[in-house]
Amino acid sequence: MSVTGAENRVQTSLAILRSQNKFQQVYFWGKILGIKDDYLIAQGITTDQMKDIKTFYSLDCVTWNLMPPVDDDIRKKSEKIKGRFTGDPSYEFEQTETAEVDGMTSEQTIQLREEERLSAVLEKIIEDGAVVPRGAFIKNAKGIVVNNSNFQGLQPLDAVKLSSYLHFREAIQLHKKSLIQKEKLEPAIDFLDNIEEDIPKGCWSVQEERGHQVTLRSLYWPGLTAYHIPNTAKFGYCYHGYGEKNNDIPFMF
Amino acid sequence: MNGTAEPDVVPEAAADAGSPVVPAVGDNATNGLVNVSEQKYQDAKAFMLQSSTQSGLNLYDHLAELLSNILSKRPGNIVDYFEELSKNVKKERAKASEDYIYDRPEKPNEIANAELETTLFKATDEEMDVAMDDDDAQSPVPNIIELGSHFQSAGMSISTEETYRIYFALKTLADTHPLQTVRFWGKILGLEKNYVIAEVEYREGEEEEDDEEQGDEDKEEDENPEDADDEGEEDELPKSTYKPPPVILKEEKGSGANRKSYFVCNEPGKEWVKLPPVTPEQIASARLIKKYFTGRLDALVVSYPPFPGNETNYLRAQIARISAGTQISPLGFYQFDEEEEEEEGEARENFIENPEFEGVSARELCDSSLGNWVHHVQHILPQGRCSWFNPSQKGDEEFEDEEDEDEKEEPDEPEPEVGPPLLTPISEDAEINGVPPWSVKLSHKFAREIAVAVVRSNLWPGAVAVAKDKMFENLYIGWGHKYSSENYSPPPPPPVMTEHASGPDITEVDDPTVEEEAALRAAQQEALEEEGGEEMEEEEEDD
Repeated sequence: MSVTGAENRVQTSLAILRSQNKFQQVYFWGKILGIKDDYLIAQGITTDQMKDIKTFYSLDCVTWNLMPPVDDDIRKKSEKIKGRFTGDPSYEFEQTETAEVDGMTSEQTIQLREEERLSAVLEKIIEDGAVVPRGAFIKNAKGIVVNNSNFQGLQPLDAVKLSSYLHFREAIQLHKKSLIQKEKLEPAIDFLDNIEEDIPKGCWSVQEERGHQVTLRSLYWPGLTAYHIPNTAKFGYCYHGYGEKNNDIPFMF
Repeated sequence: MNGTAEPDVVPEAAADAGSPVVPAVGDNATNGLVNVSEQKYQDAKAFMLQSSTQSGLNLYDHLAELLSNILSKRPGNIVDYFEELSKNVKKERAKASEDYIYDRPEKPNEIANAELETTLFKATDEEMDVAMDDDDAQSPVPNIIELGSHFQSAGMSISTEETYRIYFALKTLADTHPLQTVRFWGKILGLEKNYVIAEVEYREGEEEEDDEEQGDEDKEEDENPEDADDEGEEDELPKSTYKPPPVILKEEKGSGANRKSYFVCNEPGKEWVKLPPVTPEQIASARLIKKYFTGRLDALVVSYPPFPGNETNYLRAQIARISAGTQISPLGFYQFDEEEEEEEGEARENFIENPEFEGVSARELCDSSLGNWVHHVQHILPQGRCSWFNPSQKGDEEFEDEEDEDEKEEPDEPEPEVGPPLLTPISEDAEINGVPPWSVKLSHKFAREIAVAVVRSNLWPGAVAVAKDKMFENLYIGWGHKYSSENYSPPPPPPVMTEHASGPDITEVDDPTVEEEAALRAAQQEALEEEGGEEMEEEEEDD
């Protein structure tokens, strides 16, 4: 999984993007492969690592376009539409659904632009797959999520456990926990959901490569890879895939 | 500052923190004022020196340590990370106490791995001395590193580090086995470990024999004759009309799906394991299931329909399917051997390299009609083989018992299955759900002189081929599954078998009641008496 020769210009164009939008940091998020063309995705962050994110996509690595915002309507539609991305942002996906209501079959046609579907799929991937080691980010006193400059890295024994990794998204499971379960958590670090609790168990594959790098792969989104080198502050994740969720997981274990 | 305060006030304050302290009587006025603030200071300090009931620490010492820590290290923006620092100081303090239990040093995985890899490099060092004289000797291992750089520019590759290690591992493989060609086939990811796969061809006549595997076919043949013998004396049980599906012979080594052999290892440096040849049954089953590889060759494949084999066989079957579907080469690179005679009705399966191949430029290879690429691995028929095998031909042992049941045998001979012949262009491949089966691109849009043509398969995500002029290569990096936009649905279980047809001999009838039996007996008696009476009459007459 790497950037093609044509995409060597990513570094330069990202630097320009950063200065144009006055971001604090810009990350290369990954690639979504389409049939004719591939999308490159980048994210820019101002202050809060979780909330102040803007996502951009590009086809030629030079011009970056802002992703359209996602609303509930688009989310619902994108869940129903299947098939590969084509590589043309203005392509219209059409899908006809027949539903039986009161004995009458009614047909509903869903239309969605590729750009909007891309945005919705991206949001979903981040929600399911953005993974960071525990302790890498902290919520400071003002409630802003920032990099933990004191993060020394996970211990090698902890780095292969799923419980040492957290979802980088607004916590959902955390709020459902009882007080007893929350007792062992540290509020500054554990404000995110743990990936160990993802259903079904085993939807994350952890591998230790060459004894010193830990690679996590999501089985829900094939192509999403996260890595961490224990005892160092190096970690990251990126996506290189088709942008389609793998719903066959229960059959595949 | 302590020195100037009244000596008798200090110990009191230390012992009795919080209690109001009365300035000593007899001091002059100025001393009294100083005393008040001093008192306050002493109070505050005493309060801070109070030990915590939980951890035994006190605030004073902690703050002192924290501040000295900060002042010595001088980190930036300390006020924002103050809480973190405080926590860290506490942690450090807890660790400081000496541990009298020595840890047994465990070999961390990194060291173990590194040692394994040094064996890789050692092997090549030894052969360096030998090979120096033999400059003309051609190594069967291709230049993977150069090919690796092409794949990198294609966007689907392995890191340079790993490519180097794989190269050395392949060389070790070539040295330990008598191989004619060795190729890096690709990498299949698994849940716990990955597989690095090498495709090899043995030199003529040098291939070792594998152990013959005991099939299930023998068992099923025995069951029917046994039944017939035992039940011959007693009432015959209904005979089972179950005929096991005819066993389709697997292809010989060197032909069809078993044309090449494969070796796998989990990581370069580990031992290479040879995969057994694949049977048509395994390929047919592999088409119906979708399972993740764990990375352990001996893992069971638990699935429905049950897969005949373990992960080794499943891996081999998927490799066969992927090779048949995605191994392509530029048109003209391979050609059929002109001197070979074409047999009637048999598909040609042997080809040789074209010595007069001039190379196809990258631009022509990127032509969207895809006419310049051909498959050079035979298509696998639905049967699971590359050449059609007629199961009803083999009528020897299996059909002995079935002589009476000739009429139940299928009247039509199974129709031979045909697939596209070898060296068909990939433009003839079928579409998947309206999506073209291949995506073609140039690797560098703006540097056409150095660009290579990249062809990605949409049917097997992860399969890619690159070519330019006279160079071409295929590679697979992925999970080992076919693409489908629809969700996977396992085949439904077979329909419930029908019950035995009802007939008078098995229909359940109520047992006769006592009255009915008595009535029957009475009727029989009457019939007997009548006859007996008649006889007696006859006898009387005679006398």
